Amino acid sequence: MSSQGPSIGVDEWVARSGERRGYSPGWDGLLERINDRVNWWLGLALAAGIGFAFGQAGFSSFVMQVAFNALLLALLAVGLNIAVGWAGLLDLGYIGFFGFGAYGFALLSSNQLSSSGVHLQAWESVPLVMIGGAILGLLVGLPSRRLIGDYLAIVTLFFGEAFVEFTNNVAPSKLGGPNGIFGLDPIRGFGSQIISLKGYYYLMLVLLVVTMVVLRLLDTSRTGRAWRAVREDPLAASLMTVPVNRVKLMAFSFGAMVAALAGAAFAAEQTNVFPTNFDTSYLILIYAALILGGAGSMAGAVLGAVVIEATYDGFLRSPHWAGVIFYGLILLTLLVKLRPWRRLAGVLVGTVVFGFVVYAIVHAISPSATAGGPQSGGFVADLVRNWVIVPAPKAGTIPAGPGNLEFAAVICLLIALVQLRGRWRSILMIPTIYLAACAWESRLVGQPSITRVILTGAVLIVMMNSRPQGLLGVRRVEIV
Amino acid sequence: MHKFIQELVNGLTTGSVYALIALGYSMVYGILKLLNFAHGDLFMVGAFIGYFVIQWFGGPAALSVPVPIVLLVMFVLAGGGVGALGVVIERFAYRPLRDAPRIAPLITALGVSFFLENTALLFFGASYHIYNTSDFIPFSSGIHIGALDIDMARIMVIVLSVVLMIGLRLIVNRTQLGRQMRAVATDREAAEMLGINVDYTIAATFFLGSALAGVSGVMWGLVFNSVWNYMGFLAGLKAFTAAVVGGIGSISGAVLGGLLIGLAESFITGYVSSTYTNLIVFGILIAVMLLRPSGLLGRVQLQKV
Repeated sequence: MSSQGPSIGVDEWVARSGERRGYSPGWDGLLERINDRVNWWLGLALAAGIGFAFGQAGFSSFVMQVAFNALLLALLAVGLNIAVGWAGLLDLGYIGFFGFGAYGFALLSSNQLSSSGVHLQAWESVPLVMIGGAILGLLVGLPSRRLIGDYLAIVTLFFGEAFVEFTNNVAPSKLGGPNGIFGLDPIRGFGSQIISLKGYYYLMLVLLVVTMVVLRLLDTSRTGRAWRAVREDPLAASLMTVPVNRVKLMAFSFGAMVAALAGAAFAAEQTNVFPTNFDTSYLILIYAALILGGAGSMAGAVLGAVVIEATYDGFLRSPHWAGVIFYGLILLTLLVKLRPWRRLAGVLVGTVVFGFVVYAIVHAISPSATAGGPQSGGFVADLVRNWVIVPAPKAGTIPAGPGNLEFAAVICLLIALVQLRGRWRSILMIPTIYLAACAWESRLVGQPSITRVILTGAVLIVMMNSRPQGLLGVRRVEIV
Repeated sequence: MHKFIQELVNGLTTGSVYALIALGYSMVYGILKLLNFAHGDLFMVGAFIGYFVIQWFGGPAALSVPVPIVLLVMFVLAGGGVGALGVVIERFAYRPLRDAPRIAPLITALGVSFFLENTALLFFGASYHIYNTSDFIPFSSGIHIGALDIDMARIMVIVLSVVLMIGLRLIVNRTQLGRQMRAVATDREAAEMLGINVDYTIAATFFLGSALAGVSGVMWGLVFNSVWNYMGFLAGLKAFTAAVVGGIGSISGAVLGGLLIGLAESFITGYVSSTYTNLIVFGILIAVMLLRPSGLLGRVQLQKV
């Protein structure tokens, strides 16, 4: 066709968009190619099979809890993807819908509403909660008819905040105030109930797969195309007779419905709900999962959720795995990003030698400054024992000051690194990596609950700046 | 009557702090069209700088230098330090995204906010840090008539805010830098073509806005005594409400909005109940957004295609 020129009625730019869809060079491109080749349904079946096998593998209850949380986060990320990824509406009140689902289920399955309580079966309460969530999503989405972009983000953000304030303060006898609601029924219906963690894991897996199938059908339908049209250009979409307002409301409503479903499952598994379950930090975690995987891609949302939850709740909590993840990530980043090979080898050898030299010098000056061992466990700790500087523990704990200073220095060095190019960058990389290792061993690894939220923030900043399309997302061609 | 005046003064104090934070939000939004969610956390950093200055001079009860000098150092260090931090954040988190889709810098701003809050948690712990203002600005030095108590710190905060607001207004309206800022806010590309250094102007805007946040952090510490790592979130939300109610992007709007929110909060707490304060303030915001999205003093933005 290129020899004959564009056909009548087909804009050449549009007709040839496939040819412009280039793959990035190197590892990124490989990832994109694999993602393009694998059939979506086959991928889903494979992933579901892996999920099923994981449940059968007989892991400890800690691992199963992390796995359940990962699936929950994945379901939430898939729901958030509808508004944010497909329709391009920044919904910062999403956590409110999740909370609504959880509180709705809690009220319908506990003694909270009256003395004898309301104890609906799950097949009654969950659809009720989902319909309620969809209506709430419609109401919160109403401003999207007039407000665009940032203004919509503001209104939805305040909806989320208002939800937490509401559950904390209004009608404490019914909503429980800060103490929340506890003693919920498990998911039950047709004479049976789910009480085991494993049961909830499978329930979550089924919910996730079913939701993904429904959303996939929706995404490839007229509605899905309309969402993307509105995302790219609402004005052009409305000229093409897309009912822009209705399409936006649908996106909000579907997202809220998925979130409410996730909330109900969450409340039933936890058997209690508290206002603090629905604060902004969890919202940011959902966003981090979606952004890491790639907004606009359901597979990406699931991948991002699993990676984030496994890292934050699983690996970081075990000192052994935390070390493996930390050093592994640094090595992997260097391997993928640093070229030519000679420079890579230089930086690696340089870092190792630099560490031993610094250790020897500091040890000669003041033995107590190196007296504390690394806080990671396992073979990683043995590897770095005489390499990183960790001050001597006082009264059982390692002092926080030096680790904090090192962490601050690492941030300054990273900022300097972004500015430098060429040889100086490689040279500066050596002390940066070494200091990061010291800060990690003497401070960060001992505070997993703080470290993981700092990492969440860093993930958002770094991903947005270096790879806004995420791991599996499609890079968008900006139309000017 | 005493109660009314008391609540009025309380409201003016919180209101002027909110107004100073809101000014930063508004300036940054005006020039970059970016909602800088990290702005509230800059306020928190300022409050911590003030706290450590007090500790550095020997603690609130035993200051080694005269009180005015301590206050001066607190305000200058907090303003300068936080201003510099704001410039660094702009340079490394926001500048690469200047031409990206609008959603990208917003999410980055969320990330920066989260990063700052939790880095502060790592550094300073989760406990409240207490300024103990009454140890060096005695309670008796204020105005006391019957049941009415207006302490010196509050008077100082109100006076200093007024001075800062007038100063900012002069900078924006009367100086070369202010003219550049207005030009970049109106049309960045055209400003660039006219030879204005856009990067410098935006960095300067971030410096001014963040410095105001830092100073207001110290004010908060002096009046309310306790600072902690998550304080920036709620104060940031309130200030943000103020900026939006007044009309985001408008400087006088931010001041008006800040005072309104401060007074509303104070009177609701005093006369109704403190339980519903935040809920009502958020309700005001949502109502304003729905009824008059451009705010009280904002101009309606025409959408250009």
